Amino acid sequence: MAEILVIAEQRDGAFRSASLEAIAAAKSVKGGDGKLAVAIVAADPDALVGDVSVEGVDEVIAIKAGSNDFQPDLMEAVVAALAEARQPALIVAAHGVDAWSYAPVAAAKLGFGFASDVQALRYEDGELVATRAGYAEKVRVDLDFPGKEVVLVTIRTNVFDPAGGAGAPTVTAMDAPACDVSTAHVGWKQPEDAGGIDIPGSDFIVSIGRGVGDESKVEQFLELADQLGATLGCSRPIADNGWLPKARQVGQSGQLAANCRLYIAMGVSGSVQHQWGMKHVETIVAVNTDPEASIFSIARYGVVGDMFEIAEELENHF
Amino acid sequence: MKILVAVKQVSILDDEFEMRDDGRGVDADFFEKDLNEFDHFAVEEALLIKEAAGEGAEVVVVTVGDDEADDALRTALAKGAERGIRVWDDSLAEVDSIAIAKVLAKVVEREAPDMVFTGAQSADFGHATTGMALAGLLGWPHAAVVSKLDFVPGAATATLHRELEGGLEEIMTIQCPAVLSIQLGINQPRYASLRGIRQAKQKPVEELDLDALGLGGGAVTSASRVRRMYAPEKGQAEIIEGTVAEQAARLAEIIKELRGI
Repeated sequence: MAEILVIAEQRDGAFRSASLEAIAAAKSVKGGDGKLAVAIVAADPDALVGDVSVEGVDEVIAIKAGSNDFQPDLMEAVVAALAEARQPALIVAAHGVDAWSYAPVAAAKLGFGFASDVQALRYEDGELVATRAGYAEKVRVDLDFPGKEVVLVTIRTNVFDPAGGAGAPTVTAMDAPACDVSTAHVGWKQPEDAGGIDIPGSDFIVSIGRGVGDESKVEQFLELADQLGATLGCSRPIADNGWLPKARQVGQSGQLAANCRLYIAMGVSGSVQHQWGMKHVETIVAVNTDPEASIFSIARYGVVGDMFEIAEELENHF
Repeated sequence: MKILVAVKQVSILDDEFEMRDDGRGVDADFFEKDLNEFDHFAVEEALLIKEAAGEGAEVVVVTVGDDEADDALRTALAKGAERGIRVWDDSLAEVDSIAIAKVLAKVVEREAPDMVFTGAQSADFGHATTGMALAGLLGWPHAAVVSKLDFVPGAATATLHRELEGGLEEIMTIQCPAVLSIQLGINQPRYASLRGIRQAKQKPVEELDLDALGLGGGAVTSASRVRRMYAPEKGQAEIIEGTVAEQAARLAEIIKELRGI
């Protein structure tokens, strides 16, 4: 079995823990005599070697760059250089926003096999097969990569348990390849002040989605959440419309409901992006007029019905 | 000044559907088609830049798709794009996003726009691949998931925000021309007016095949192949039945039990 290469990531010098899920995905197809190498690009890569030195990693390639800035051009040059030097059969990265910017670019330029947002990897009769979702999560698709010597995949987050345990990889130091970069980091814009709203810390969240329909209807759910002792959350369209502050948005581009134990989703269809922030919650209750809404497939309890009627009745009990 | 926006007519699958006999796709009877939600934002961003630029500015929309995809182009034309390009060949029916990017790269070379926009991803498959793969094939600067853009036509660089995880944004400059994938919420997409819809019918849509782009003879190859497609095992919620009052009462019971009230 040839080498597997994981491209780990940092942001502003801080390790991106989703890379541990990419390592776990790589380990899921690592053969007994296979080799797993993890590359990390940073201004001070040695500081991050410990983060990726987990069980099953044979080598860490510490690549020293001029800065910690994310440069898609640089990441593509790194992938090209490592592919050339190591001849890996498989390259794995986390399906985060940084990988969105460089992984398809590298794959297209270098003629690799490619699949994004992958949920499972395996070999069938010696052929690599990657599973991903399609048609808004309604189907699964098994992809293969005929004739491709190198395959690059990005791994959906919150699917694989992060790789852990102590490893004792060898460490190889390397300078980042020289390349022209066409982007320049200017600064960061932090999420707006949450104003005391704490989605990650809340253990009980009532969340509203598109089903609320109109800004004037939002207030009653703030009141309902208050009455129930819950934090009000929402899906992306509600925050994009400015009906609720971004700090209330649950999902990939918002908040992770990290400590939530009860999540009541009202009028939320349950897009993948929303599920990212709440799928793990132990008890999910879905209220939706559409019995086929994908939220019902991850909920423990479901009510097929009108969120306003249910909300009104529910208030009488508290 | 010209902005090229690559759009996709996405497939919306019915709730009940059947797989094709070959097990590698869904029976075509079970689809509805619509312009990708993300592309509404990409088209709007291009229109805003065009309108600020004034005379002589042009928004061109391109799609790779069969004649059903004309609706996607007409939607964008009705909003105010000047013209459309539709590329199709039956050999493209089963190709992946990287193959589509190869086709679009030839269109970009022909059109030589000042900027190329795509949606950040498609609502049906969510590959988030086509736009960035296109940039790679062209060797153009690129940024994904752009949530704010400051671009003055003719300028050597643009300033943009990339929307990252957890609501963090990175501000960066990028050399132009560039390929940018546009995120939801960057603007408020307009609805087409009745006048726009009428005018769209008169606007030119050029139809191209692969030979016209110099891509005949199997030049458009994919980076992956569908081995099989299937409906996943679905978890199913325990549905609370009854009148609204009964449903709410049961819900209250669940909440109180879990909350220890």
